[in-house]
Amino acid sequence: MAALTGTDAAPSGAGTSTSTRTFDLTTSTVRELNAELHALPAPPGLPAAGAGGQPSGLAQPLGGVADVVPAAFEVLRPQGAHAIAAGVNAPVTIDIRGHVGYYCAGMNDGATVVVHGNAGTGVAENMMSGLVRVRGDASQSAGATAHGGLLVIEGSASMRCGISMKGVDIVVGGDIGPMSAFMAQAGRLVVCGDAGDGLGDSIYEARIYVRGKVGSLGADCVEKPMRDEHRAELAELLTAAGLGEPGESGESGEPGYDPAEFRRYGSARTLYHFAAHNSDAY
Amino acid sequence: MCGIVGLHLRDPDLYPRLGRLLESMLGQVVERGPDSAGVAVYGDVRRCPPGHAAVSLLLGGTSTEPADVGALIATALAGAGTRPGAGAGSGAGAAPGAGAEASPLVTVAGDTTVVAAPVPLDDLVAAVRRVLPAALIVGSGTDLTVYKGTGDPRRLAGTYDLAGASGWQGLAHTRMATESAVTPQGCHPFSVGADQCLVHNGSFANHATIRRELQAEGVRFDSDNDSEVGARFVAARLAAGEDLDKALRGLCERFDGFYTLLVTSADGFAVVRDAIACKPAIIAETDAWVAMASEFRALADLPGIDTARIYEPEPERVYAWQR
Repeated sequence: MAALTGTDAAPSGAGTSTSTRTFDLTTSTVRELNAELHALPAPPGLPAAGAGGQPSGLAQPLGGVADVVPAAFEVLRPQGAHAIAAGVNAPVTIDIRGHVGYYCAGMNDGATVVVHGNAGTGVAENMMSGLVRVRGDASQSAGATAHGGLLVIEGSASMRCGISMKGVDIVVGGDIGPMSAFMAQAGRLVVCGDAGDGLGDSIYEARIYVRGKVGSLGADCVEKPMRDEHRAELAELLTAAGLGEPGESGESGEPGYDPAEFRRYGSARTLYHFAAHNSDAY
Repeated sequence: MCGIVGLHLRDPDLYPRLGRLLESMLGQVVERGPDSAGVAVYGDVRRCPPGHAAVSLLLGGTSTEPADVGALIATALAGAGTRPGAGAGSGAGAAPGAGAEASPLVTVAGDTTVVAAPVPLDDLVAAVRRVLPAALIVGSGTDLTVYKGTGDPRRLAGTYDLAGASGWQGLAHTRMATESAVTPQGCHPFSVGADQCLVHNGSFANHATIRRELQAEGVRFDSDNDSEVGARFVAARLAAGEDLDKALRGLCERFDGFYTLLVTSADGFAVVRDAIACKPAIIAETDAWVAMASEFRALADLPGIDTARIYEPEPERVYAWQR
């Protein structure tokens, strides 16, 4: 991580990988922060990026998201403000030092956003790609409707975690609240602690892994056998989240979990297929 | 929407700062409810000195000028005399027969007028009802002052001189009216029992049924508001001897609908949410205070928040603290 350059770092620093642009939200507005984040060049891998978008002095990146970091941002004293780093579509790293309000990193597309604190309602809602990591707890509707990327909540998540998730991967180090993964369509939800009541109600094709207790399963959500391919994808997700088995963990000092400790839940597929014997009901 | 903030102080060193802390919290929920705001403060000796009872009034329905209220109440108290120690649970410490010399302390804060006098609470309430029958009593107690008004909540905090208030507990509500008019009467908190307050974010579905049941038991209502039914229900349970915890568990069993509630009493502070819990709430606790708000930003400036225990209340679980 690049060094802190101070609250009044020149905006021109935003285009290079050697400086960190710092915003103190007691002296700057979220609108100013987000405007600068939205002005960052689009990822070079995308056709829309075009020429001239890549800052000079950088080797042309060839790898994935982690290799393409044109700048780093640090946000100080967020004080629970809403919509911090929402709508970013550049492969930038954003460290937020404190608790954030609603919709932090919403619609994220390619950025790495780390909240060094708790997150309010709807963190990473509708994320398309990238990584959002919450070091503390998350409020309701974390990762709601998200299509892609990885959301890691190191603490616990409140109710409706992963509601209507559409392809995102969510890994929660602690517990999740009631009504989580409601109408979850695609993606994986990993819970290292317990899950509240009504888990996976009306679920479609998302896969849920829970290490602890499940309060109750929602309509049409059932436990399913853990096969080798499930243990393999779970190990991969835990490792990506830094919660894998000790020794392979990316995060030092974090607890590591064995995929064998988890149970798998998913759709019984009785709710969304038309059954001829129900035809009288329509 | 609507915004709720509440602060229950454990550390007496913070009492002089209650009003400023509450005003700062209120300022963070203005966007949640920009049309009106109500505030309740427990222990503000400027407006309800020790040994006094206080009644908070909306004079909107009367032709009385706030400046005349003091003289009217003084006359009524002198005329009736006071029943020594008769105030049920008021414990105001008023000397027997003090009514004759009682000189009411009157504070005008926008639409709200607060009258305090060194008499039992029941006597003060009776005097108010006698000389100002059209005034709406929005709060009464021996330790409680309530303010209501419409307009920008930040400006209202100035009108109430909230920053100047000391005390040990307070709450505030910013309103975004959805189902009834933007009026001072429609503001929360609903204070329907001595030193009790209830603020509500949400809506009750079966309030008309419960209203009829309470009316059959003799409970009277000031408005058609659903939140008032919740407040009257809790007041009836407390009057029957239940504590806040039990009264709110009873409310969860009886009421349908959406609610995050903050309820305060002469010695307590409690939070409860409905089974679906779609209305937001967050609690923070330190050795010095307990705070509740609709969202974290209202708690961000509290002293010691960095080391506070911060959590969201679970559905249908009552969180209660005793002074």
